[in-house]
Amino acid sequence: MTIAITEDLALPKKRNRVLAKFLKNRSALFGAVIVLFFVTIALMAPLVAPFDPVKPSFMTIRKPPSAIFWFGTDELGRDVFSRMVWGARASLSAGVVSVAIAVLLGVPFGLVSGYFGGWIDAAISRSTDAMLAIPFLIFAIALAAFLGPSLTNAMIAIGLSAMPIFIRLTRGQVLSVKAEDYVEGARAIGLPDFWILLRYILPNVIPPILVQATLTIASAIIAEASLSFLGLGQQPPNPSWGSMLNTAKNFMEQAPWMSFFPGSAIFLIVLGFNLLGDGLRDALDPREN
Amino acid sequence: MLRYIAKRILIAIPTILIVSVLVFTLQQLLPGDPVLTLAGEERDPQVLAFLREKYRLDDPIPVQYFAWISQVLQGNLGISLRTDIPVLTLILGKLPVTIELAIFAMMVALVIGIPAGILSAVRKGTSVDYAANVVALSGLSIPNFWLGILLIMLVSVRWKLLPASGFVPPSEDLWLNIKTMIMPAFVLGTGLAASLMRHTRSAMLGVLRSDYIRTARAKGLLGRVVIMKHALRNALVPIITLSTLLFGELLAGAVLTEQIFTIPGFGKLIVDAVFNRDYAVVQGVVLCTAVGFILMNLLADVLYVLANPRLRHAR
Repeated sequence: MTIAITEDLALPKKRNRVLAKFLKNRSALFGAVIVLFFVTIALMAPLVAPFDPVKPSFMTIRKPPSAIFWFGTDELGRDVFSRMVWGARASLSAGVVSVAIAVLLGVPFGLVSGYFGGWIDAAISRSTDAMLAIPFLIFAIALAAFLGPSLTNAMIAIGLSAMPIFIRLTRGQVLSVKAEDYVEGARAIGLPDFWILLRYILPNVIPPILVQATLTIASAIIAEASLSFLGLGQQPPNPSWGSMLNTAKNFMEQAPWMSFFPGSAIFLIVLGFNLLGDGLRDALDPREN
Repeated sequence: MLRYIAKRILIAIPTILIVSVLVFTLQQLLPGDPVLTLAGEERDPQVLAFLREKYRLDDPIPVQYFAWISQVLQGNLGISLRTDIPVLTLILGKLPVTIELAIFAMMVALVIGIPAGILSAVRKGTSVDYAANVVALSGLSIPNFWLGILLIMLVSVRWKLLPASGFVPPSEDLWLNIKTMIMPAFVLGTGLAASLMRHTRSAMLGVLRSDYIRTARAKGLLGRVVIMKHALRNALVPIITLSTLLFGELLAGAVLTEQIFTIPGFGKLIVDAVFNRDYAVVQGVVLCTAVGFILMNLLADVLYVLANPRLRHAR
């Protein structure tokens, strides 16, 4: 009973310490602001975008940035700013959904592999090694090629390609946590394995996964942009930052703004997630105290 | 040490086998009847029946796999549907171009990444360290295809300093070959340089805190000698292995870089194959990349053991 009370008191204290450390880190806060900015824009796309992002307007083809068209127009006369606002939805959802796929599949495999060991661990670990042997983007390109080009398939492809990172990370965490006294204790009083994994091991695995997930969202956004740039992600006329760059590369000389703004947006959001991930890692790392 | 290397090779074998299963499974992801996809526009029942028999598509999947892997083990990765050229010949033809690009990119990464990492560690907490970190994080966050576009716009279109795209074999014109490789190598190398910089910095910081460095300083050795002779040597051990592990990133980055600069290498081969629905080529490229990566991992392990005397003499 005493232990339970101490834990209850200690947890909020620890949470506060992590939060205080995070708030003190200026670059992490900067990252959080960038991410929040783009998330808000993506959520409020219908309100923020001044023009229809897909309807061509042949009177306004390749107009440079102006008071009406802040970021200029593209080869079909569509407002680049409006396309970028709607494209934020595609890019962010690709990042979040694909990482969710990777986490939801990878963490259970990692938990089982690390906790049970033996042949299950050997089979999962060798399969993870095999998946990690195929470079992330090449695996995603191959998967997207066989599944067919679309944003949904790109998300599945990126999610499956990122999954082994989470299997390996979770397995490593489980191996260190399962040797702890409280897990031994839980086992000694006969609690079922499923309950031990869920109640005693999973909570300790979450912080590093949270950090990795934030950093992987950055990689996933670049991967989605890369796939869309190659024509394997978002399909026209729907906008995504990568597909906008794919079109823009044909008009580098005539309309440089077509590539400048979507590229900057990818750079900023990826930078934001990287800063946020680094900040979370520092805040959650007890050695940084 | 030989036992260690033999053990690593034994571990690599099942990994390669699982990779082959994964690559084979890709084909099973094709929506609908794979014969219709493989045949493309062709709908002649005789052709479809021929393809069905050729790829043993009526056989159970494990039988199909064993038929495929036995061919692969004999060096037959299939025939390209578009060009009718064996996949292995296509890959071997494109590989030298990508290897040249990878070597140039790695040089860029080493030349920028390692000195920047050392400087950042030695000047920890100063504006130099802060600036190096900002540049490294930017290098990691910038999509290399966008960097490529920006460079083409500036260096080729505006300043007309370097060719925007294309590839000239070094045997044809060495100077033009180097000129066409400068921008792609820079684009591919910057991301790696950022990775190397961060790792060098952290390895150097670890080494600089150790007792023998303090002793070297206490002996009155020059700061430069301490850093270059005593600290860097030990910090370089994990960096050497990391450089081999970056091989995967190099190949993945080459896909986009070759696409932007129209370089006819390994990366462009897979993208063209994807669009031509030339699935045998896609499978071949993925398999070769993975096997190459596993071999590089093996090399990294061996190098690590060779570079670390404590591991070299361990049983």
